[in-house]
Amino acid sequence: MTTKTPTEPGQERLKQFLLAAAIPITAVLLAALIGAILLILSGADPIAAYSALIKGSFGSERAFGRTLEKATPLILGGLAVAFAFKGGLFNIGGQGQLLFGAIIAGALGFGISGLPFVIHMPLALLGGALAGALYATISGALKAFTGAHEVITTIMLNFIAINITDFLANGVWKDTSGIVARTPAILETAAIPRLGTNMPLGFFIAAFIAFLVWYLLFRTTLGFEIRTVGLNNHAAHYAGITVARITILTMGISGFLAGMGGAIETLGVVGRFQPGFNVGLGFDGITIALLARTNPLAVIPAAILIGAMQGGASQMQFDAKVSFEIIDVIQALILFFVSAEMIVRYILRIRADQGGSVTLSTGWGQG
Amino acid sequence: MNKTNAPIVLEAQGITKRFPGVLANDDVSLTLHKGEILALLGENGAGKSTLMNILYGLYHQTEGEIRINGQRVLFHNPRDAIMNGIGMVHQHFQLVPVMSVVENVILGSEVMRGGGRLDIKRAIQEVSELSRHYGLAVDPTAIIEDLPVGIQQRVEIIKALYRKANILILDEPTAVLTPQEAKELFRIMHDLTAQGISIIFITHKLKEVLEVADRIAVMRRGKMVGAVSPENQTESTLAEMMVGRNVILQVVKSDAHPTDQMLRVENLSVKDDRKVTVVNNVSLEVRAGEVLGVAGVQGNGQRELVEALTGMRPVSGGRFFIAGQDATHFTPRQITELQVAHIPEDREKHGLVMPYPIEDNMILNAYFKPPYANGSLVNRAAIRSHAEALVSDFDVRTPSVVTPASSLSGGNKQKVIVAREFSKPVKLLIAAQPTRGIDVGSIEFIHKQIIQQRDRGVAVLLVSAELDEILSLSDRVVVMFEGRIMGTLSMAEATREKLGLLMAGSLD
Repeated sequence: MTTKTPTEPGQERLKQFLLAAAIPITAVLLAALIGAILLILSGADPIAAYSALIKGSFGSERAFGRTLEKATPLILGGLAVAFAFKGGLFNIGGQGQLLFGAIIAGALGFGISGLPFVIHMPLALLGGALAGALYATISGALKAFTGAHEVITTIMLNFIAINITDFLANGVWKDTSGIVARTPAILETAAIPRLGTNMPLGFFIAAFIAFLVWYLLFRTTLGFEIRTVGLNNHAAHYAGITVARITILTMGISGFLAGMGGAIETLGVVGRFQPGFNVGLGFDGITIALLARTNPLAVIPAAILIGAMQGGASQMQFDAKVSFEIIDVIQALILFFVSAEMIVRYILRIRADQGGSVTLSTGWGQG
Repeated sequence: MNKTNAPIVLEAQGITKRFPGVLANDDVSLTLHKGEILALLGENGAGKSTLMNILYGLYHQTEGEIRINGQRVLFHNPRDAIMNGIGMVHQHFQLVPVMSVVENVILGSEVMRGGGRLDIKRAIQEVSELSRHYGLAVDPTAIIEDLPVGIQQRVEIIKALYRKANILILDEPTAVLTPQEAKELFRIMHDLTAQGISIIFITHKLKEVLEVADRIAVMRRGKMVGAVSPENQTESTLAEMMVGRNVILQVVKSDAHPTDQMLRVENLSVKDDRKVTVVNNVSLEVRAGEVLGVAGVQGNGQRELVEALTGMRPVSGGRFFIAGQDATHFTPRQITELQVAHIPEDREKHGLVMPYPIEDNMILNAYFKPPYANGSLVNRAAIRSHAEALVSDFDVRTPSVVTPASSLSGGNKQKVIVAREFSKPVKLLIAAQPTRGIDVGSIEFIHKQIIQQRDRGVAVLLVSAELDEILSLSDRVVVMFEGRIMGTLSMAEATREKLGLLMAGSLD
């Protein structure tokens, strides 16, 4: 037993924060390093490639605007996954919830006319978010009442969502003026505009939502209940928290966030629902949530990073003659290093009980 | 009983083991003679387990060396230790419950016939011979889960002997036994040593040490305090060696003055997770100002009884009343709101959220109430000052209130739970194994707190597998065996022997 000298709470918090931040930053640097080796092996100049990537994502106001636009649905997708993790749930169904959010926002965007912007746009946005929430609640209820693992049910519901939205976009909600299976363009009053010429308003909505999520988790009693269930549902039961209720609610809010991500993409970028346009956004959410170590505020920079890589990829391909698939490889490596945290901890010599190990979903077969 | 003339079979010299930031073993030396029972005594965290894990090849020492029969050895893993004749019986048995005794014994060193086929007949024969030779009666074909705990332990010993162990390490072997089963184990230990086997017996129970050991080695804070022989020791001298100061083993308390009935349990039945009835028609009452002790060997329905009374497990039959109110189908929250405090049996599973800072654990079941909540918002300032006050009142040793509960020692974790539960108005306290596995200082403190609560008029239901705890705190005792109450005893009637018989299910 060693006796420790007392430390101030603030000091201790700062130390925990720095240790926690060191892991994802190192993961990104490691991924970039291995990406550079791959670039050299394929005969390209990594310095030229990376500087083109940075130029294409942050080099001009237009490039920066594009980065933020890419980051917007990623913030919400990342928040959805991070929020579920806080409640001990692994929501892999972000993709399905996002698709429902995107198509319902699109339907509300073209189907209702005569409303002013201040009502129409928020209505379409919240409508999409609620559609995602309802869809995710199915998995939450299945988990709470039957014990069905949410990883299985959300994956299966992803396929159902892909096919239902395809069916709608090719059927009742199809734009009959063309042959492409997609919904009609949304009305002007439903569109999320840009600020100035380049800055997407949607990004600021998403960033504000990230703050709200942080506030909900850390400053409300409901957030305390959600985090308690997420970290130890037995102790939550002991403490008088109704675990089933919190599980359903957590899943619902997670789906709300994913659905809003889809709605923002429809209302702010694509302008309509078109099958195939939103693929992958829900899954990028997992990378972002892990990179942010499930902290809602850290989701913003994590999403900007991934958004920048995706936004700058074409510039890199153009300038450095590098296939933009290398971006997918680097993104996969980031996911690899943040998941295989032990490797990074070993490199940084951070012990397992330091830097706040992140508890994700409760494992297989647990209650 | 002096066996120090016998040859030395095992010698550890200057063993030091450093973990990052912790010195778990500091220049520890130990000798074991042939045919000797060496008790290794020390509090939790004193470094006993670390030392034994080094001897068993699970850890590697940072410094120091180990000799077996005078020969220097280096163990890379338990297999090396086994090859050198060391066998270990862990506190939690390493047995496959659905397999037979003989299958468990040979697991990993199976007897083969040609073509990779198991020669179970020969294995049964070998196991029977072993058990006859060492007086360890057991049916080789019995299935482990059908056997009582004491017999399962015998199987563990046979397992070690089957691997030709001549040095046995027994880690807290009596923790799961009734006093009678423990006596039987001591008989077996003496039989084994008579045949030349040497035993290291790890424990924190002072009575047993004096009863069974040939020599006693005491560890404190990673250091070996000394090795003594039991003849010139008493419980209090040993306790002092173990803790480093004078310890009051006896809880000082006055007579109880029971008043109103606070808990009444009527014919209560409860099922476990496998839907087996494990609390069977239990009735009891606890009055304000008294401690009712529930004694019994672990696993006789005490856990499920406590979980039912705290709303955590559904009741399958009967009723119970708290302060006159029928609470049979109440939720945990509703029961807490009747001013019931609950110290749960498993502090890490139920009592604490390990990654949470201490301050959040201090309000785990009061977070929704003012001043910790303003409506639906949490009040961080109130939570912090509450935690700071409790940490100082209950002497929780921690660098700060934002330290995660996971980094506290067992005793301090338990103090956090006790502080939380006693920091609100309490009418009924349900305490399950309140001092299991914690240091003597914390035990003293928590016992004092429980008696203080009683003296303030709280009704206390104390469930414990430690007979000493039951005897020193209770005003009345009931014994649970296989889900039933075997009888209620006054403290005058409750002798160790009588309780032991009831705990084993004997009614006469």
